[in-house]
Amino acid sequence: MRYLPLTDADRREMLATIGAQSGGAKSVDELFRDVPQKARLGAKVAGLPDHLGELEVERAFQGFAAKNVSPATAPFFIGAGAYRHHVPATVDYMIQRGEFLTSYTPYQPEITQGTLQYLFEFQTQVTLLTGMEVANASMYDGSTGASEAVLMANRVTRRSKALLSGGLHPQYRRIIETTGHWQGFKAVSGKPDAEGLEDLIATVDKETSCVVVQNPSFFGHVRDFSTLAEACHAAGALLIVVVTEVVSLGLLKPPGEMGADIVVCEGQSIGNGLGFGGPYVGLFATRDKYMRQMPGRLVGETVDADGKRGFVLTLSTREQHIRREKATSNICTNAGLCALAFTVHLTLLGEAGFRRLAELNHAKASQLADRLAALPDVKLLNESFFNEFTVALPKPAAPVVEALATKRILAGVPVSRLLPGDNSVENLLLLAATETATEEGMGPLVAALKEVL
Amino acid sequence: MADVKYTEEHEWIRIEGDVGTIGISQYAQEQLGDVVFVDVPQAGRTVAKGESVAVVESVKAASDIYAPASGEVVEANAALSETPGDVNTDPMGKGWFFKMKLANKAELDGLMDQAAYDAFVKGLG
Amino acid sequence: MDRSQGRTGGIVTGGASASATFTGNRALQIEEPLIFEMGQAGRTGVDLPEPPKVEDRLNGLRRGGEIGLPGLSEPQVVQHFTRLSQKNYAIDMGVYPLGSCTMKHNPRVNEKVARLAGIGDLHPLQPVSTVQGALELIDRLAHWLKTLTGMPAVAMSPAAGAHGEMCGMMAIAAALEAKGERATRRTVLAPESAHGTNPATAAALGFTVKPIPANDKGRVDLDALKAALGPDVAAIMLTNPNTCGLFESEIIEISTAVHAAGAYFYCDGANFNAIVGRVRPGDLGVDCMHINLHKTFSTPHGGGGPGAGPVVLSQALAPYAPYPWIVKSGDVWTVAEDGATVDGQPLGRLKAFHGQMGMFTRALAYIMSHGADGLKQVAEDAVLSANYVMAALKDTMTPAFDGPCMHEALFDDSFLKDTGVSTLDFAKAMIDEGYHPMTMYFPLVVHGAMLIEPTESQAKEDLDQFIAALKSLAERAKSGTAAEAFKAAPLYSPRRRLDETLAARKPVLRWRPSNNPPGSDPMKQAAE
Repeated sequence: MRYLPLTDADRREMLATIGAQSGGAKSVDELFRDVPQKARLGAKVAGLPDHLGELEVERAFQGFAAKNVSPATAPFFIGAGAYRHHVPATVDYMIQRGEFLTSYTPYQPEITQGTLQYLFEFQTQVTLLTGMEVANASMYDGSTGASEAVLMANRVTRRSKALLSGGLHPQYRRIIETTGHWQGFKAVSGKPDAEGLEDLIATVDKETSCVVVQNPSFFGHVRDFSTLAEACHAAGALLIVVVTEVVSLGLLKPPGEMGADIVVCEGQSIGNGLGFGGPYVGLFATRDKYMRQMPGRLVGETVDADGKRGFVLTLSTREQHIRREKATSNICTNAGLCALAFTVHLTLLGEAGFRRLAELNHAKASQLADRLAALPDVKLLNESFFNEFTVALPKPAAPVVEALATKRILAGVPVSRLLPGDNSVENLLLLAATETATEEGMGPLVAALKEVL
Repeated sequence: MADVKYTEEHEWIRIEGDVGTIGISQYAQEQLGDVVFVDVPQAGRTVAKGESVAVVESVKAASDIYAPASGEVVEANAALSETPGDVNTDPMGKGWFFKMKLANKAELDGLMDQAAYDAFVKGLG
Repeated sequence: MDRSQGRTGGIVTGGASASATFTGNRALQIEEPLIFEMGQAGRTGVDLPEPPKVEDRLNGLRRGGEIGLPGLSEPQVVQHFTRLSQKNYAIDMGVYPLGSCTMKHNPRVNEKVARLAGIGDLHPLQPVSTVQGALELIDRLAHWLKTLTGMPAVAMSPAAGAHGEMCGMMAIAAALEAKGERATRRTVLAPESAHGTNPATAAALGFTVKPIPANDKGRVDLDALKAALGPDVAAIMLTNPNTCGLFESEIIEISTAVHAAGAYFYCDGANFNAIVGRVRPGDLGVDCMHINLHKTFSTPHGGGGPGAGPVVLSQALAPYAPYPWIVKSGDVWTVAEDGATVDGQPLGRLKAFHGQMGMFTRALAYIMSHGADGLKQVAEDAVLSANYVMAALKDTMTPAFDGPCMHEALFDDSFLKDTGVSTLDFAKAMIDEGYHPMTMYFPLVVHGAMLIEPTESQAKEDLDQFIAALKSLAERAKSGTAAEAFKAAPLYSPRRRLDETLAARKPVLRWRPSNNPPGSDPMKQAAE
């Protein structure tokens, strides 16, 4: 076995050392003597194949890949919480350096300053993008981060009712509802807001712990939540703003400037490939005054014994390994390597690159929206959007998407896939265009759609 | 001279009239190590005896502080947010946590005086 | 700047206190500022085309002002992060005996296949007809996990071990709810030695956590457990092999008693790597167990994530598994997503999309590379290596319990008694010897705990050197004259001991233009 350094001779010698001790074992089987006899397998687990060489393993995975349609080989306009962007080769090279890839949580700061410093840089980048004061070292992803944000708002306000916008990603909404059901808070969801006209101000009351909105919304609308923030604060509630397309922050007024108390972003768009849904990276930012109520790991600056600047994990008394049943969250792992990918990519982009990337996305989406809106019986629902928008088709969207898939065109997400059983969204199609969109992709999409309708 | 009593959780309470001042003992601060943060209750909060009302944190540990008696919090030590180290350097003085108006002074009858507490700590080895 | 400040005199064993260099660098250790201190407007690391001119449709919400991101060229970015990487210890560099964390070798073919076009670049919401291979891949891994654990069902979506715990405990809550017992069964039992996530998870779900004491052999005290069981108990959360590195020898008695009381058995599978291929948790009476793919199946730890924590479930809990899951009908794979009509009562959804696909791919590559035969050998070699370390150090350090142990060897600090050297000092001295320290002060039930997990990935000669180094350190500590030197360690790492009190008292969690970087290198220009 190429991964196992011990030889049979090594194993015999090691057993001899162990056996020489009083009560020591003389065979490997004896080392497992605490396992109840009836649960000890005599042989290897039945019904599973034996080991394979590297070539055979690669071949097996090429076999899986061949049964999929790679977005690189087809016109591609799918978004809905995960976006296809170009990731520079430097990013992937950097995260595969063994010193990053095969290191663990930086418990020993003297020999993990590399991880600690990039997480400190990451935290700073997140505060800058969101316009907030403090950020943690990442969450599993945006969807789980949103649920953690509601739990945090409940702790801060000592209330237990969350209002969820109808513009929130339906899966994010369900995760919050699931958490609420089992962890004991109320989640009140608005109707799907395809038109972007929802007004939640009247629903905020003295029992509300938080209002959760998304910008741009799941349907693509861009909204100003400043007045909603004021209404929340007047009622003693927090405003949580979710951003699933982090590139939008290169062009849009950040949630921090709208008065948000907690901002949660899905950071996948920067540095992380689509990867069929994960792993991604959740960004989580808030106000200084709520710092100690935050979930997740935090890196702080300090000095070492020689007075040199260094970084450490800090405020860890919030965490499960110390607070146990009183922890702010049960989270242990973050998304360290995905956070590194985010930080490397954003560092490559810099101020000018990040802004231009956002402009490019908006421009491509505008071009696509205009061309689709020009088709007969296709109605664009958005007056505003960033790189994603909703169109109403004259017939159900799901079969249309399937029909286009048979032509190897990945046209978008039928809203009914995420909101099954809701007749009002049956004809709605959500499309995204990023900097990766080309005329060679848009032309065939528009033509095929015209044909299928 | 004010009357100081101790709980088995290593808190002290100094009683002056119907107001008690609460903090943690010398022994407690030694056990905790460098105090980095104290979460003190807001003035006006009504608390019941035994209720968790404050948290004191070191780098590696967090301990709850329980109200030694029922009553209303009248003042919290705001200075601790800037200088939590006062709990280490002067636990019985500048390191106080909060003051409360006592609802029922009889609740303090079971607490230890200085001599009893010293013996209690000695018994912990 | 005087670069010897703060060093203790009389402990010089090498060149650490040698005169400062002009740059502050020390050969391969290069001092590195933050990206925010090195950026320049007008520099970029990407070349993007001029955007086409379009009418702005941003609802009047165009971002004004500077974001504040620094501009760096590609070579600067590469140098910056390469220099940072060189300040990290890693599995790729040597023995990383961090107990409970399973720092085993991370094969690179796993990285390669996770990045294949048609796997790494798929969108999670592509029409299912265009991702048949991806769904098959997830189901193949699910099949391995079910077969290796002897359990009938698995929920793949949890993002990490703690998330898997949440999923499993929610499934238990859902089963209780279905039986009308959620209001009466409010207690969760957990041993004192449990991972902190166990009580945190149970408390989050509204359960009251009741600790179960250990016996003098480091196992659950069966009599105490039986006494604690009653109609108020929802579940026991038990790690097996446990956090002391021992197999719970009375586990079948435990699960029988738990089930007889109408409660469920949650097994924390963090240590499944010790028994994979040799013992199936399903044969032990487990109702659910999360599997940390980054431990047992070697997906990279990546500086603290990402992980993945699929949960295997018994027949009793399978109906409550959350959305989504993969279904095969005929030759076609589909996904049961929210709203799909299914048998059972799904507890809801825990994560967007389908789970940590990138981790599934890597774990499956690892599993296929080993096969049923290799995985069994993995468990055997991991257990053999841990017992070898324990036997070799038995007379120098003090094992907390009698062996044999499973995949990790637990020592207490009694061999350091009266030496003036603490567990922490001992660990920091290991850094200077070129090793990552073991897990310290966990589990909490052992005084000054040192938990050593060598894994199956170390050659015997490397283990021998590691053992010799620990013996040498232990003997130095016991000599009674080295306490000061231990307290000063480490000397040779990129940074010496860091002031955690300062970090926690005055938290600085981000760079700001006004930050006056403490101890910043005078050669580096502070940013404005």
